[in-house]
Amino acid sequence: MRITQGCFSFLPDLTDDQIRAQVQYCIDKGWAVNIEFTDDPHPRNTYWEMWGLPMFDIKDAAAVMMELADCRKTYGNLYIRISAIDSTHGWESVRISFIVNRPEEEPGFQLQRQESNGRNIRYTTHPYATDLPEGQRYVVRSANSSKNSR
Amino acid sequence: MSETPKSYGHPGITDPVDERPSGTESFRIPSDLIKQSDSDLSNVQIDLAKELVEAGIDDVFKILDQELIGLTPVKTRIREIASLLLVEHLRRKLGLSGEAPTLHMSFTGNPGTGKTTVALRMAEILHRLGFVRKGHLVSVTRDDLVGQYIGHTAPKSKEMLKKAMGGVLFIDEAYYLYRPENERDYGQEAIEILLQVMENQRGDLVVILAGYVERMEKFFASNPGFRSRIAHHIDFPDYDNDELLAIGELILAKQSYKLSQAGRDALARYIVARKTQPHFANARSIRNALDRARLRQANRLVRGAGSSKITGEDLTIIDAADLLASRVFGLEAAMQSSLSEETESNFN
Repeated sequence: MRITQGCFSFLPDLTDDQIRAQVQYCIDKGWAVNIEFTDDPHPRNTYWEMWGLPMFDIKDAAAVMMELADCRKTYGNLYIRISAIDSTHGWESVRISFIVNRPEEEPGFQLQRQESNGRNIRYTTHPYATDLPEGQRYVVRSANSSKNSR
Repeated sequence: MSETPKSYGHPGITDPVDERPSGTESFRIPSDLIKQSDSDLSNVQIDLAKELVEAGIDDVFKILDQELIGLTPVKTRIREIASLLLVEHLRRKLGLSGEAPTLHMSFTGNPGTGKTTVALRMAEILHRLGFVRKGHLVSVTRDDLVGQYIGHTAPKSKEMLKKAMGGVLFIDEAYYLYRPENERDYGQEAIEILLQVMENQRGDLVVILAGYVERMEKFFASNPGFRSRIAHHIDFPDYDNDELLAIGELILAKQSYKLSQAGRDALARYIVARKTQPHFANARSIRNALDRARLRQANRLVRGAGSSKITGEDLTIIDAADLLASRVFGLEAAMQSSLSEETESNFN
């Protein structure tokens, strides 16, 4: 199941040139650009890990693309997103966030039903990937597929 | 999910341009050249003069000529580079060449010969011709690149490189990066990161190394990777006395000061005297001397305030007295007297 989150989620995955253009837009707006990654893409998981510090004081998207390339080298089998923070007074929050990398295979989510009081049913979604411990999710599959692609 | 193209740089799929070893690209015939037949090319009319004006390089050169006195070999070299870039720019328009030219440079010369100023102009020229996207200059020294403990250097260097992306990274006194006397020095790590980025991201930033001639020579000798990655070595000559005088007048003119005739003669004498003394830093020494002269001028005017009224013009004039009070003349006299004493004592 292809997971979609954040901006441009209705579009096909952005190409590198498109990512670069979006990042340049963020920089031109004066936002600090972050690269984040996770192996738990549950929509309610807002705590993605950061790749390095937020990038202040940069002028060109090439810097972010360089970091993104590095991040992909290490975590190419995980979800990576780019977000940008607007620090101006009144905003002080994330203005844009979009996925820039995803595992080759996404197992998707399971719908779980919990019977509660009376005949009530509570629903929740559970990513299949998180059945495995942290660090082992997506790893094996990605290694196999990258071998195959060579 | 399978219908979306996997265009991401997954570990298995790397950009072929980055992987190619250096030096091979020049032997490759651009595929566009083969496609475009010669008759097509001869039909294309190009107005070089118009292109020059459009790129706005002429303005930069005018400023360069006005603001930089002397430095003829440097200016010629920059013009040559600019011509090359312009032609490259036009060739790119016609689809003749795909590779970005290597633009990294090394500026060598004595202190105060205008390396930083020229680097700033270079960034502008590169920007106007579209070889860097933003055209800003990030000026760094060893301290900004090299860390203090293990693991500190890489993030620090990368931080600076990221700031310089889209512009020019100017590394002043670059030879300090390499310290052979200390084998545990982290400078080598910074050099490696620098070389890697210089090679892989030629289109994203231009690195300019600057430093004194002999030490840069030593630096390049011990880091051959640097020499081969730098396309343009530009040497900055020292200024002669007349040029230094002109520079002094230019500095003053920018600050709305001027020299009186006597002041001009005094400055000329000052330059001759200052040159013989140690730590002479060309234009920088002149600027410092003039800063001190301004201090003395102010002092002179304030002390004389009780006796007479001054005009507005007096506020702008640097007189001989302001310069002649310099320590340099005293030292010159002292040196001469001690020299003569020595010779006398030798005779005795």
